[in-house]
Amino acid sequence: MQPGAAVMDILIIGLLLGGTYALMAMGLQLQYGVARIMNLANGEILVAAAFGTFWFFTATKVSPFVSLIGIVPLAFALNWAVYRVLILPLVRRAKNQGQLDVDSILATFGISFIFIGILLHVFGGDYLSYSYLARPYVIFGENYGLNRIAAFLGSAAICIGLYVWLHRTRAGLTLRAVAVNPSAAGLVSIDVERVSALAFALGGAVTAAGGTLLSMFLTFDASLGVLFTLKALVIVIMGGVSEIRGAIIASFILGLAETAVAILVDPGLTLAAAYVLFLAILLLRPEGLFGRRV
Amino acid sequence: MSVGDTSGTAAPPARPSEMATTHARHSSGLSANEKRNLAVCAVIFAMVATLPMMSDGYWLSIGVSIAMYTVLATSWMLFSGPTNYISLGTAAFFGIGMYVVAGGIDVLPYPALVLLAGIAGAVFAAIVGLATLRIAGVYFVIFTLGMAELIRQIVSWGQAKMGSQAGLYVLTGMSDAALYWLLLSLAALVFLVGWWIGRSRLGFALRIIGNDEVVAVHSGINTARAKVILFVISSAFASVTGAFVAPRYSYVEPTIAFSPFISFQVVIMALLGGVHRLWGPLVGVIPFTLLWELINASFPRQTTLLLGVAFLLIVYLIPHGVVGLVEDLLRQRNLALGRLVEMMRGRKNDNG
Repeated sequence: MQPGAAVMDILIIGLLLGGTYALMAMGLQLQYGVARIMNLANGEILVAAAFGTFWFFTATKVSPFVSLIGIVPLAFALNWAVYRVLILPLVRRAKNQGQLDVDSILATFGISFIFIGILLHVFGGDYLSYSYLARPYVIFGENYGLNRIAAFLGSAAICIGLYVWLHRTRAGLTLRAVAVNPSAAGLVSIDVERVSALAFALGGAVTAAGGTLLSMFLTFDASLGVLFTLKALVIVIMGGVSEIRGAIIASFILGLAETAVAILVDPGLTLAAAYVLFLAILLLRPEGLFGRRV
Repeated sequence: MSVGDTSGTAAPPARPSEMATTHARHSSGLSANEKRNLAVCAVIFAMVATLPMMSDGYWLSIGVSIAMYTVLATSWMLFSGPTNYISLGTAAFFGIGMYVVAGGIDVLPYPALVLLAGIAGAVFAAIVGLATLRIAGVYFVIFTLGMAELIRQIVSWGQAKMGSQAGLYVLTGMSDAALYWLLLSLAALVFLVGWWIGRSRLGFALRIIGNDEVVAVHSGINTARAKVILFVISSAFASVTGAFVAPRYSYVEPTIAFSPFISFQVVIMALLGGVHRLWGPLVGVIPFTLLWELINASFPRQTTLLLGVAFLLIVYLIPHGVVGLVEDLLRQRNLALGRLVEMMRGRKNDNG
């Protein structure tokens, strides 16, 4: 491969991938930044959505975008129930944020294994993928999968919608208020428990949308959730816990780094790319790229 | 460090002991109570060590599993118990130990490989610890979450690069009985080290860190140093366990050596028993291993799901483990007894 072509490939495939990652990062951000829950089962929601899309597409041959209509509300309801039934007791019994972090890490770690068990039971342990829009599309004289471009555009539309909702509506404002300071938000008659549940459920729904879009061009198996959880966490740490623009830029950085490693070294080493970024952030700017030093 | 020296001139115990008490942690030397406990532990250890003479089939293999998870869960608890920094990456260290043995078995003698495995695990833990434990917060937990998978990817890639096959054979001819004794001795060593740490300045520092890290910093404790040292000790034990167990697997490949289930099971067992007593994890390991054998035999396809459910039940219903639960109950009973005795006394005084 020509060096110039390799650079172009890394840039375009990396940006397309990063743009699609932005959804799961925003999902995790809503859950950790607003609801204050470190959700280690986030990746399993993403994989479940990918499996659901696979099932829908192979059964009906209708565009995966249509399956969003069913998957997103389902994921919202499921995550709402998880928050109400499993997380809220932990929130109420925790004496401080540190205690809540420990408890929610343990609980969601257990929940992630329950999800994996259910996925294994329903779909089996095989790799699943389907072929949708697997046609080349020419950008600057090089071929790129049309499915990657479609997924990127879908992700961009949802991200913009979410951003506008958070910054232009009253409901979005309450979410941002809880993100800044839950106890102060309570003082201005915001029902913090309800808003946290909403943020957690919305985060799950956005992550599930990310899973549906990623399934258009990635192959999934039931055990892959932890990889996506980790990638989303690295993005959120890099971009800052409460800064959506930071998360989007960090998503692009991770997408570019992974694609560079996949093309130049080995496609099996993408997690190493995420860890290198993670280490760099921890050593150089633990408050995140756009966070303020405390 | 401004904390008082609590280790004193403790005489090393004469024999490896399984259970070490922390009662007399603030006195130097061994109290009569401690000597008695050490003797009891030595006797229990000797009795447990006779298992291979009584059974060489099913029960010995369960004994090996129990000994293995006792080492892993207790060494996990040494670090995560007092500090509340939950490590989800035991499998990474376990797998490193296994791979050092699998990769070097044709080159070096087995005992040298075990030593090398411990060193490799310690070095890796030191790197991870220095990167993540200097900063407070959840970074450490997140880092350990994907660590086993990270090492698995790197090992698979390295093997493909060197043109070696993914699977490696470890044929040493070690018997299950020998493995059992090795693991049992390692367990004894973990308990001794844990007992020693509990009495040392390091253990004292860690308990303060676990209670309130800010207070620890303000009392002049080098918190990062204490955490890294203990994480290194704890991880080296996991790597040595992997090195011991490698011959039992005889065929080692990345997906087996770095299976995330090892990390998960270790955390479950430690939490089930309780992480605030040295022997707490042991209380969880024994019933859980037996239960697990049963589940694996009866519901082989639902193991992941059931493991998750068991984990949630423990987190929600017994957050301090069985040991914590029993201690709470005992405390309540003692309180009730005390009240009863006072009432009786009061009545006697009234009569007299």
